[in-house]
Amino acid sequence: MIDLSLLPDGGMAWLDASGPATHLVLSTRVRLARNLANHPFAPRASLEDRETIYRDVLAAARETVSLRNALSFRLDRMERVDRQLLHERHLVSKELAGLEEPSAVRPGAALLVQDRVGVMLNEEDHLRMQGLRSGFALEETYQEVDRLDFELGQRLPFAFHPEFGYLTSCPTNVGTGLRASVLIHLPGLVLTKEISKVLQGLAQVGLTFRGLYGEGSELVGNFFQLSNQTTLGKSEKELLDHLGKMVRQVIEYEEQARQVLLRDARTIIEDKVWRAYGLLRNARTLSFEETMSLLSGVRLGVGLGLVDRCGLYALNKLLVHTQPAHLAAGEGVRPDEPDLNVRRARYVRALLEDEAARRGQTP
Amino acid sequence: MLCDQCHEREAVVHLTQIAQDAVVTHHLCERCASEKGVESDSSLGKTPVGTMLASMGKSLDASAALPGGAPTGPCPSCGATLSDFRESGRLGCAECYRAFEEPLRDVLRRVHGASRHIGERYSPKGAPVHEGPADTVLQLREQLKVAIAAENFERAAELRDRLRAQGGEG
Repeated sequence: MIDLSLLPDGGMAWLDASGPATHLVLSTRVRLARNLANHPFAPRASLEDRETIYRDVLAAARETVSLRNALSFRLDRMERVDRQLLHERHLVSKELAGLEEPSAVRPGAALLVQDRVGVMLNEEDHLRMQGLRSGFALEETYQEVDRLDFELGQRLPFAFHPEFGYLTSCPTNVGTGLRASVLIHLPGLVLTKEISKVLQGLAQVGLTFRGLYGEGSELVGNFFQLSNQTTLGKSEKELLDHLGKMVRQVIEYEEQARQVLLRDARTIIEDKVWRAYGLLRNARTLSFEETMSLLSGVRLGVGLGLVDRCGLYALNKLLVHTQPAHLAAGEGVRPDEPDLNVRRARYVRALLEDEAARRGQTP
Repeated sequence: MLCDQCHEREAVVHLTQIAQDAVVTHHLCERCASEKGVESDSSLGKTPVGTMLASMGKSLDASAALPGGAPTGPCPSCGATLSDFRESGRLGCAECYRAFEEPLRDVLRRVHGASRHIGERYSPKGAPVHEGPADTVLQLREQLKVAIAAENFERAAELRDRLRAQGGEG
């Protein structure tokens, strides 16, 4: 099994619950898609191409400040459970991790990661550079990945067209190659049934949403990844400003929805939040989905100031460590272990008990 | 297999109909199929771009024929064809963007609402940092007109400032 403790903060700095609007926004991600002009795109790249791309990018990365000390993971040489771990930490896409049945992990699939930036290799594009930060921080996240882009672009021949911009395997990413996304928790809008209106509104202004794990993932725990839909015809700054403006608007709507809930349905909300906490503290078996849903309730309670025996960092930790591969790794078992739900419930109980004791509350 | 209808193009849609207890299979090319109102979503529906391409089937075919009348051939660098792109929604290599420039411009306009990159420009080591074609005065003026027409005043103001900076206003 891979040793993720080698990563700074185990690759989870994005979950440290710091940064602006952190009670609503978990993390901000910005990725840039780039390809090398001297190799065919991923679908037509040979094994040799893929190996050369890995070698060339790794060599170039070692000369940069951004990735000089990067850890390198060859996903195509890793076990499924380890690839799943990296995916659960939001460091690689489901596609790069080869978790989408029936397609297996692609040859040459790799991840280079250092601090808050990384690059996925041999994904749909040769390079998918990404920056990841805790909280709502589009500008800072972009600056870091922009620097990596510049550093690598000086050493590798990126495919660029004077009219179409940076060229990508799929035309939906061409131009800036930029996809910025903000992972946001919106239980207030879900409970007040305003969420579909908000999401429709976002679609009309060129934004899109996905689930907790990005592309193709389901909506769990009232988490939404809001991101720009198009990549061409607007500058990087315009794309980021537009997304930022709209996310601030969504934050405002969510805050309003929460105030409405507190004003008109305080007892119902308090009951919901405390039931969620009570279940997490006492349940003897918990599925991943149920855990996510209950954590969402407690998170809302913490945000509203109703629950004080648990902090956001503990909730973020639970969010990561109750995922199947993480839980299994922590318990020293396989992710298909039959009593994983029992182990999950035990883990959650212990962590919440410690957290309550730490905060000086009676258990 | 050739299309049952036009006997010219390759049949890519195989439509099985059950009429009066008899099973009849029609083999059609994309153009004839779409004229009959059959969408070949089996191969195209897999990707978002594929779905979009399927919905615009005819116009892509039409634009695939360049003004000179010659249809676009395969990409000289990787050998990918326009129909490969239509099936997978993915280009084969960087050169494909040049080989299929005309039809792609149309695709990009539909996907992004624009076909011209105006973001950061790539300047590899040693190459002079030059202003790209997107930043010429004429194009800025054109973009300004579009922004005003779309009542995108924030963008219009920015474009006006860039025009002023280039001394190209008025």
